[in-house]
Amino acid sequence: MDSLLSILIWLPIFGAGAVLLIGNNRSQLARWVSAGISILVFLLSINLFFDFDSNTSSMQFVEKMSWISQFNIFYHLGIDGISMPLIILTTFSTILVIIAGWEVIKNRVADYMAAFLMMEGIIIGVFSAMDSMLYYVFWEASLIPMLLIIGVWGGQNRVYASIKFFLYTFLGSVFMLVSLIYMYNLGGSFAISDMHSLPLTLSQQSWIFWAFFLAFAVKVPMFPVHTWLPDAHVQAPTGGSVILAAIMLKMGGYGFFRFSLPITPDASSYFSFVVIVLSLIAIVYIGFVALVQKDMKKLIAYSSISHMGFVTLGVFALFSIMKMDSNGELISIAGASIESAYLGLEGAMIQMVSHGFISAAMFLVVGVLYDRLHSREISTYGGVVNSMPKFTGFAVLFAMANAGLPGTSGFVGEFMVILGALQANFWYAFLAAMTLIVGAAYTLWMVKRVFWGPIVNPDVKTLSDVNAREFGVLSILAVAVLWMGIYPQPVIEVMHISIANLLEQSLTTKIPAIL
Amino acid sequence: MMNFNFNVSELIFILPELFLLSAISFILLFDLFVSEKYKKYSYHLSQLALIITGFLAFNLIGESATIFSGTFVLDNLGSTFKVFVLGFSVIALVYSRQYLIVHELLRNEYFILALMSILGMMVMISGHSLLTLYLGLEIMSLSLYALIATARDRAFAIEAALKYFVLGAIASGLLLYGMSMIYGITGGLDIAQISNFASSSTLESQETLILNFGLVFLVIGVAFKLGAVPFHMWVPDVYQGSPTSVTMFLSTVPKIAAVALLVRLLIDGLGNFQQYWADLFMILAVLSIAVGSLVALTQVNIKRMLAYSTISHVGFVLLGFMTGVLEGYGSAVFYVLAYILMSLAAFGSIIALNRNGFEADQVSDFKGLSKHSPWFALIMLVVMLSMAGVPPFIGFYSKLFILQQVISEGYVILAVVAVIFAVISAYYYLQVIKTMYFDESDKEIIVSAPIDLKVVLSLNGILILIIGLMPSFWMNLSVSLF
Repeated sequence: MDSLLSILIWLPIFGAGAVLLIGNNRSQLARWVSAGISILVFLLSINLFFDFDSNTSSMQFVEKMSWISQFNIFYHLGIDGISMPLIILTTFSTILVIIAGWEVIKNRVADYMAAFLMMEGIIIGVFSAMDSMLYYVFWEASLIPMLLIIGVWGGQNRVYASIKFFLYTFLGSVFMLVSLIYMYNLGGSFAISDMHSLPLTLSQQSWIFWAFFLAFAVKVPMFPVHTWLPDAHVQAPTGGSVILAAIMLKMGGYGFFRFSLPITPDASSYFSFVVIVLSLIAIVYIGFVALVQKDMKKLIAYSSISHMGFVTLGVFALFSIMKMDSNGELISIAGASIESAYLGLEGAMIQMVSHGFISAAMFLVVGVLYDRLHSREISTYGGVVNSMPKFTGFAVLFAMANAGLPGTSGFVGEFMVILGALQANFWYAFLAAMTLIVGAAYTLWMVKRVFWGPIVNPDVKTLSDVNAREFGVLSILAVAVLWMGIYPQPVIEVMHISIANLLEQSLTTKIPAIL
Repeated sequence: MMNFNFNVSELIFILPELFLLSAISFILLFDLFVSEKYKKYSYHLSQLALIITGFLAFNLIGESATIFSGTFVLDNLGSTFKVFVLGFSVIALVYSRQYLIVHELLRNEYFILALMSILGMMVMISGHSLLTLYLGLEIMSLSLYALIATARDRAFAIEAALKYFVLGAIASGLLLYGMSMIYGITGGLDIAQISNFASSSTLESQETLILNFGLVFLVIGVAFKLGAVPFHMWVPDVYQGSPTSVTMFLSTVPKIAAVALLVRLLIDGLGNFQQYWADLFMILAVLSIAVGSLVALTQVNIKRMLAYSTISHVGFVLLGFMTGVLEGYGSAVFYVLAYILMSLAAFGSIIALNRNGFEADQVSDFKGLSKHSPWFALIMLVVMLSMAGVPPFIGFYSKLFILQQVISEGYVILAVVAVIFAVISAYYYLQVIKTMYFDESDKEIIVSAPIDLKVVLSLNGILILIIGLMPSFWMNLSVSLF
């Protein structure tokens, strides 16, 4: 299929329109249609994986047509090994949230389902856009459904959370817009690949780097611009939290891969220390913040920030491992092997995918409890295992994955990043490895207080175990978490060549030679 | 002194204006002589007149002539502007009628005055001499003052009309003063003559000084008509006090005429002094964007909020003209057209909420709209996001094109300032969305608008999205005007 990517983008968006037309009064029909569309999109997106040629770093499934001719803006789509796994993660997660919201959402069902479908199409657009303006349009448009999801179906404080979410990310991205236009004026093209090869002086790169950094750091989110995330997560409905954590945060990480590193390699290298320090603060300090949370969703939100710190660490540790000598050969700094540079970048990618599964699972777990007792407070629960044994089995598995237990997906990405960081600097690795302790502490402590122990609250006794729908959703995620943990090789293979290409781009200076 | 040649064949070029004038006279008489039963048809006649005039103007696109001894010019820019003025007016009248019916303000003078002001705008758009421009401006303004005062039993409307009149008269005075300076030094009223004089290489420093002096007053006059800070004082009060239908009219089509005034006087006439007026525009633009974005934050009256939002939009338009390149002018025109499309839809939505004896003009009147009328809430959502500059709606592209020109002329800092204020202004647009979607309504909202309003409003909303997805054609059109 020549236009597979377009189908993946527009099918859910038009599908969302159809679901809106079905209307809130025929909610059962709306549910089935949405589920049908999301499953269809997922099945189509699987083709991306099987038809993907992992021996080339060039873009595949390319579509290109003129869009805004005055400014050389094209409707230009394509994917490589970096974006493909993220697209499949998106289509996968959307099925989960639609099924997870099945009977939980009673208010304005069709609108709810349509918002998620629209979100899906837009985010696939973000991951497949090859023209920076097209990318920016999708990037910003993704705010709209999320704003409504948090604001309409959210909790008590939803208005504050949704507007804070919107303004924070909007502010971050307008500077990216300015720098994209700036580069267009230098190079005469909005194509991302042209920006990759655009020569820029260090000072130009620095400005662009920080503009991008603001946009992506807010999205990831990195310390200290992370404060919108706990608010948004706590107030969002379960499905909103899942999409936010599983996919929207990845848009930030993807931005670093697609924009920051290749477009501003020298500035990225120059400022890599700052980013690494911020990542380490996120990993360690936010981990401790998570430890003291009383609200389960807040705890998982902080744990998300901490885990996303590994992504940025893995990406920017690169510059302490490798550099390019004057002959254009990659050489290592301080005796590190080339493999360790790959480890950092690929670990970051694996961590993004794995975090997509684990955080989705963790939020769904909290959602299951919340649907029953309408409380996210840890202190409400205790002894849940007595009334919900099957559910507890899943919850403990996901908690272990969150803590980075070997054999689960959480281990693979973190371990790769830590190994990579070890080659860069012992202390990076040491601090990052702290998360294995802190992460285990906050996750297991939460498990202990919620699931084990005596039943304090009489309501907990009356809890019914997971129904078939919840069981299905959680088992799919359990399979995904274990599969990524035991056999991540297919995902790594798919991205390897693209990562190699990115590595080379990031280490090639773009500063024009002074004659 | 002035050799006035009159050639009957030239009349063909002012056919749209002639037709509209005759139509106005006819409707005026029609209203006088028909019985009460048929009076309601003057609305339909007015719409018909606008549509026919629009076709006549459309037919003249491509023709180019300077007639009546250089006082009247017909060019692509003029014809296209006229088509847009007439087209947008048709939409505005559809919305207006509903408001007038609901509030028992429906009198036929309303339509006649509106048509008269449109005629003024058309004269202004084609004016090629200081006198014609001023003539058009006054025809337009006087009709607008009277239009506001048609709600004669409302104290706020009378206050608004008086305020607009007094301040408008001062602005006209300043403009005239500037024109007299220009006339005094160049010895001509014709824009071409002024342009020739201003671009001659033998300009003495004293002559430059006086031209500059006149220029400042011209800029003030234009800034007043556009409502740019610090000449914006009338905008919030007039917007709030006028009947909503008049506010809508005021905030939309006259902006095209004001842009035409700017083009004729400053670009065609004093294009050689671009660097001087560009500096003034820069100050006006930054102030407008800042004041418009900040002051709107605290407004609870949606008309007043939209007034400040207009001010900040005007700032963006001026940024486009400031660049001094053709693409910049084109972007500014695109911005104006996009803004008018959005503004019409915003006021159309407000009017749709008005019902017998209930004046919907508070943001809180939108409470819970998404529940009772999801479609209109969705349109308002699109309009608000578009005004905030969120893609994929037209408002984003209009900002994008302006920013692109501003940055390509080297004003990166200016672009950064503009986007920061755009983010700030997003807050109050979000407030409207919040009110519609997140707040529970305490009372039932009934959108009891007639079918024609519903259809036009829906199309209006859809256009905001469609042009957003395919802005290329409109951008081409806007740039090709210069």
